[in-house]
Amino acid sequence: MLLELSNISKHFGAIQAVNDISLSLEAGQVVGLMGDNGAGKSTLVKMIAGNFRPSEGTMRLNGSEIVLHRPVEARQFGIEIVHQDLALCDNLTAAANVFLGRELRRGVGPLGVLDYKAMYRRAAEIFKELRSETGARDLVKQMSGGQRQAVAIARTMISEAKIVLMDEPTAAISVRQVAEVLHLIRQLRDRGILVVLISHRMPDVFDVADRVVVMRRGRKVADKPIIETSPEEVTGLITGAIEGG
Amino acid sequence: MATTLHETIAHRQRTLAATVLGSQTFWVLVAVIVACIFLSFATDSFATAKNLYNITRNVTFVAIIALGMTLVIITGGIDLSVGSVLCLCSMVLAVTMHAGYGIGTGVAVSVATALVIGAFNGILIAYLGFPPFVVTLGMLSVARSLAMVASNNTVVFEFGPDHTKLLALGGGAIFGVANPVIYMIVLALLTGFVLRWTRIGRYIYAIGGNEKAAIATGLPVRPIKVCVYMISALSAGIAGIIQTGWLGAVTTNIGAGMELQVIAAAVIGGANLAGGAGTAFGALVGAALIEVIRNSLGLLGINAFWQGTFIGGATILAVLFDRIRNFRQSE
Repeated sequence: MLLELSNISKHFGAIQAVNDISLSLEAGQVVGLMGDNGAGKSTLVKMIAGNFRPSEGTMRLNGSEIVLHRPVEARQFGIEIVHQDLALCDNLTAAANVFLGRELRRGVGPLGVLDYKAMYRRAAEIFKELRSETGARDLVKQMSGGQRQAVAIARTMISEAKIVLMDEPTAAISVRQVAEVLHLIRQLRDRGILVVLISHRMPDVFDVADRVVVMRRGRKVADKPIIETSPEEVTGLITGAIEGG
Repeated sequence: MATTLHETIAHRQRTLAATVLGSQTFWVLVAVIVACIFLSFATDSFATAKNLYNITRNVTFVAIIALGMTLVIITGGIDLSVGSVLCLCSMVLAVTMHAGYGIGTGVAVSVATALVIGAFNGILIAYLGFPPFVVTLGMLSVARSLAMVASNNTVVFEFGPDHTKLLALGGGAIFGVANPVIYMIVLALLTGFVLRWTRIGRYIYAIGGNEKAAIATGLPVRPIKVCVYMISALSAGIAGIIQTGWLGAVTTNIGAGMELQVIAAAVIGGANLAGGAGTAFGALVGAALIEVIRNSLGLLGINAFWQGTFIGGATILAVLFDRIRNFRQSE
């Protein structure tokens, strides 16, 4: 049991964004998290990533309870997130973005300088592993949507991530790039990583996910292996036409 | 066909040559060099030691402040208060030394003043979310007014026991190179080093490129912004201290309007007001172009009133180059 959420809730003032969610997730899986706008998916994922603290409930990683105050702490536990807008700096190179906040340095302590060579090399290695054509030295500003996704995903791979959270990775990119991204997600799964994928695109989820969790108005209404359900059923659960349990 | 990892790393979408030739800073440098060569032939007073000495010395004060301003501009901000901070710090130095304190104390108090103002600007901007334009515009008025209060709006030209030390600090020379020029070069090297080789330098670019991303990544965005405004004020303070030594006197109108010259220098040198771009070398080159233009107009006998037109024209032209390139890219 890699990640266990027990009775997690989150409210912002009077608004109950997430209401009593419990989940048990294992390594080496792709879990699709689906639900309409406002269902609470992003909020749930941001709690796992350390951006918010739960109002109630506990999170357990490999059996031990964790409390996250900031994203940096989540990263130390091996939890990485790829935000919906990718959170990339256009004016920096791919390698600079991959290592942002975790730069490699040469030299001693406070006298250390940035180790450009090592960062270019490691970034290029990761892009090669992801089978992406992204160039480590190129500016992100000049990249296609698929390449930018590769940079954002590469960022999750520089330090042995165990859980990668992705918020709508295929929402705003072309058909060919969608295929690239789904391919990258499979690569992550094959490396034993738990991938939690927020998406409202049914074909993508049914293409790449092993399990699907549906949320509606802050609650979990379904949690089943993908082969035991269908796009029609999931749509019904999202809209409320079918009552979940 | 499998490419080696080495080839993959080496491959870039734009070659080094293309990057350099596409850089605004490069072309401004070319313009400066071409202008200097042209002026050496067109007039017989340009290439004299005295004229070059004057040029380099005039450049330095704008250039030093442009270094600090470049950092602020890279983060996507602006600092309109630098001219007034230069005046206030000069006045604080002058008044302190005039009252009998040594140069060490004078410089320390002056530097402290600059840092406090910078911190004030930075905290309002970074932690309270005030727009940089508004905060520094307010500080522009406040600082100059404080300078007038400190001196009772008089000229200070007697600097107490360490008078000669101060004049040597600003007006002296080592091996024929004016002291201000040496300070400028040292500060430029330091700034360039920080921007390119340290994490904080990279974070400054990141904040300018996508502040939300920098925050989401967990970078210490707000402390860095405060730092950057403190450095900008400090650069104005340092320029003020050196200029006081060079001029030998301080009045309450020094540095008036200088902020616009400094911003023009930074922008001509390649700093993008939208944030995310700029270099230390660019700050020097931009300041150099402005000074070469001013100097050449005088030597060529052109009416001094045309100065503003030429400098403003250069500012627009320098950025036009960058706009054309962006325009082409977005097609």
